[in-house]
Amino acid sequence: MTEKQEAPMIVTPIRLEYDYSPGEAASRFLRSIAEGRYVGQRCPKCKKVYVPPRGSCPTCGVPTSEEVELSQTGTITAFCIVNIPFAGQAVECPYVSATIKLDGADIGFYHLIQEIPYDQIHIGMRVEAVWKDRSEWGPTTESIAHFRPVKDGHDA
Amino acid sequence: MSALEPLSAVHVLEFDYTRSLGPTLAAFFEGLAQRKLVGARTVSGKVIVPPTPHDPDTGEDVAELVDLPDTGVVTTWAWVSSPRPKHPLDRPFAWALIRIDGADTAMLHVVDAGEESRMSTGMQVKARWADEPHGSILDLACFEPMP
Repeated sequence: MTEKQEAPMIVTPIRLEYDYSPGEAASRFLRSIAEGRYVGQRCPKCKKVYVPPRGSCPTCGVPTSEEVELSQTGTITAFCIVNIPFAGQAVECPYVSATIKLDGADIGFYHLIQEIPYDQIHIGMRVEAVWKDRSEWGPTTESIAHFRPVKDGHDA
Repeated sequence: MSALEPLSAVHVLEFDYTRSLGPTLAAFFEGLAQRKLVGARTVSGKVIVPPTPHDPDTGEDVAELVDLPDTGVVTTWAWVSSPRPKHPLDRPFAWALIRIDGADTAMLHVVDAGEESRMSTGMQVKARWADEPHGSILDLACFEPMP
């Protein structure tokens, strides 16, 4: 056997830069976030409340326009403990990404769960939004630092 | 209803893949660093550049690696009038398939022709080498039209 040589490697960068528009409905949602509020939309037919809103009901196929302000509290409907670090990761591993159904909403959206050991997080846990300092609010869900368990909350 | 325009933001998706070259492509990249193009000759005598370890027609191992000249012919091309930030040149250029002289396959690279009117299928081009090799395909900076 010859001496084992290190395999030659190259780095091949892949980059895609694009302009993204979330559309009218989600733009209104993001502007409400910049004011410290959660605003979804209710379907005129099935009455389901979507947040973030997409401007139409995926079940009924009709436009949605009625806006509904939602609570800052919600329930964890699913979660994932992230143990694998990757490039560009904002939070140190392990951390928990969860879908949270805000009170009054009919679908969940993703955010981080913090201020609790990751192995105590469970489906049904009541959580509340923790906003960043007001000076850091903008039209992005990053205006919310994370969600944390509601003090003395009972599971939904 | 608000009459505000929908929001818009620049999003960037970017990954750096680190990949192993294997012995055949390693020889190709070592060649580039020495301002040399290396191809592979198959058992049937076909020359492939960039080289592959196997003959794509038969799956057999290639017979040998061969040195090739740094000139070739454009077999097809597309003009880029507004280069993107990460493109290899900051001025208009052509992406082109270039069949290196002595090779049977064409490779994708850049032709620095200045103007689209200087581009044509069948035109002859010559490599322009980077001042310093960095271990990438851009050690061969680009091709340029031959007079």
